[in-house]
Amino acid sequence: MTDALIYLSIDQARGLLDRREISSVELTEAHLQRIEAVDNEVKAFITRTPELAREQARLADDRIKAGEATTFTGIPVALKDVLCTHDTVTTAGSQILQDFIPPYDATVVSRLREQGAIFVGKANTDEFAMGSSTENSSFFTTHNPWDLSRVPGGSSGGSIAAVAAGEAIVGLGSETGGSVRQPAGFCGIVGLKTTYGRISRYGLIAFASSLDQIGPATRSVADCAHLLGAIAGVDPRDSTSAPMPVPDYRAALTGDIRGLRVGVPREYFEMGLQPGVEQATRAALDLLQSLGAELIEISLPSSGLALPVYYIIAPAEASANLARFDGVKYGLSVEQDSLLATYLESRRAGFGSEVKRRIMLGTYALSSGYYDAYYVKAQKVRTLIKDEFDQAFGLTPNATGQQAGVDVIVAPTSPTTAFKIGERSDDPLAMYLADVLTIPANLAGIPSVAIPCGFVDDLPVSLQIMGPAFAEDRILRVADAYERNTNWTQRHPALAGQG
Amino acid sequence: MTLTDEQVKHVALLARLGLSDEERHRLRDQLSSILDHIDQLQAADTSNVPPTAQVIPLAPVLRDDTVAPSLTVEQVLANAPRTEDGFIKVRAILD
Repeated sequence: MTDALIYLSIDQARGLLDRREISSVELTEAHLQRIEAVDNEVKAFITRTPELAREQARLADDRIKAGEATTFTGIPVALKDVLCTHDTVTTAGSQILQDFIPPYDATVVSRLREQGAIFVGKANTDEFAMGSSTENSSFFTTHNPWDLSRVPGGSSGGSIAAVAAGEAIVGLGSETGGSVRQPAGFCGIVGLKTTYGRISRYGLIAFASSLDQIGPATRSVADCAHLLGAIAGVDPRDSTSAPMPVPDYRAALTGDIRGLRVGVPREYFEMGLQPGVEQATRAALDLLQSLGAELIEISLPSSGLALPVYYIIAPAEASANLARFDGVKYGLSVEQDSLLATYLESRRAGFGSEVKRRIMLGTYALSSGYYDAYYVKAQKVRTLIKDEFDQAFGLTPNATGQQAGVDVIVAPTSPTTAFKIGERSDDPLAMYLADVLTIPANLAGIPSVAIPCGFVDDLPVSLQIMGPAFAEDRILRVADAYERNTNWTQRHPALAGQG
Repeated sequence: MTLTDEQVKHVALLARLGLSDEERHRLRDQLSSILDHIDQLQAADTSNVPPTAQVIPLAPVLRDDTVAPSLTVEQVLANAPRTEDGFIKVRAILD
């Protein structure tokens, strides 16, 4: 019975719960057992919360009996440990917050609580979400469920690996430069980066505020649509959340993409793709064409500059956001004879090497004499990147007039499949290159969904579908149409704990 | 772009970041090579291109100035390392 309750979709679980064929307690216990069985290998969770989950499950059962269930009542969820939870330690993967219990919930957390979701644990992340492998976590590295010697990707590698390994039905991650899509690709699940402002960030520990977005990690596009619907929408506590209506994303999944104009950006195929990644992506494009879409080669000439732009803007914003960790208000404190020495020592002891590297890079880029050459220049090139997307989508006229607007843009999610643990951890630039194809969408603020599109040497390959701002319904419709005609999301990794 | 030890020291102080000698040397080399990669931006023609201010334009966000419940002093200070009489306690900043 227990194994049969792992790898359910939300619709399947909802049906079983609402027909009272299983209880929320049973579904929760199945996932807690699964965590017991596999998480010593996968290491997805920094903090497991079985007691909280059991209490929430009992309340969910009461609610289901009363006929008051909503979509997420009784559904086990993994939360990336950058999302504040008022009852559970929230570390951001950092020593500096290792004992921090926030005084409030993130808005996405409170929305799921109100629905009666079950929180099974706080999932591993690169420290302050800075990384592409979870190797920058201050606690331990999460392992890819498809090959335990490989990274799950990052920074949301914990939530993603938990969902891929059947330790939760869905998870929440966060993106600044690809931190949901890239690990989703490495672990063979669906990951969504929404339009900047689509989801409230209140209670998300800030990394780079002009880029950060919370994102769903799920095993199907339908689950992604459900989760997005539950957490999207304006929030008075986040003035950057957009006052746009939230459509019924689940209902948008019609399976029909006839006449859809699909842009294929040539530059994305010229960035050192592993051959199998290119083959799988091209095969997926052919499938979209056979479903009635029209493929149109487009050019996004500044794509190659996205990585250097990102490595100015994100560290610059991070250096300002992380100034709050000073050993005075909360977090690790190493008291010294003077306040300045207390700052220096608390931050020296509390931050890991990648965080220090980015604080230094960002502080340098913002410092007197370098601000124009680095920060302002990067924001100008960011404008070029965003303008090229606007032109590709036909939102602004193109100078040459050669490009009519496309509805979506499809490209690989990452240049390679999951790399080995330790393979890139000594070379910051090689690690940064893992995000070269995901970063442009973050800089432009547009939505993009990553979906599995094949396997190379038994490792998942992923493609991403980008759309104009607030076209989440459209990119999910395309992803769902693709998913209906393939079986990649039906495959699950073989782990020792699997029955 | 090669950073000097003095530059790294200066930036670390601006960032209020204590670094060991070994960390400082490593960062000098790593930051120099990252900045070399970033320098390709200088080749992009951005004359007449405005810097991005926000990617999704929002109208000014205003709310009514009304009193509403907030966190208690105890909640706010629960994570503070040193407190006294409902305040956060720090070392003197003036001699």
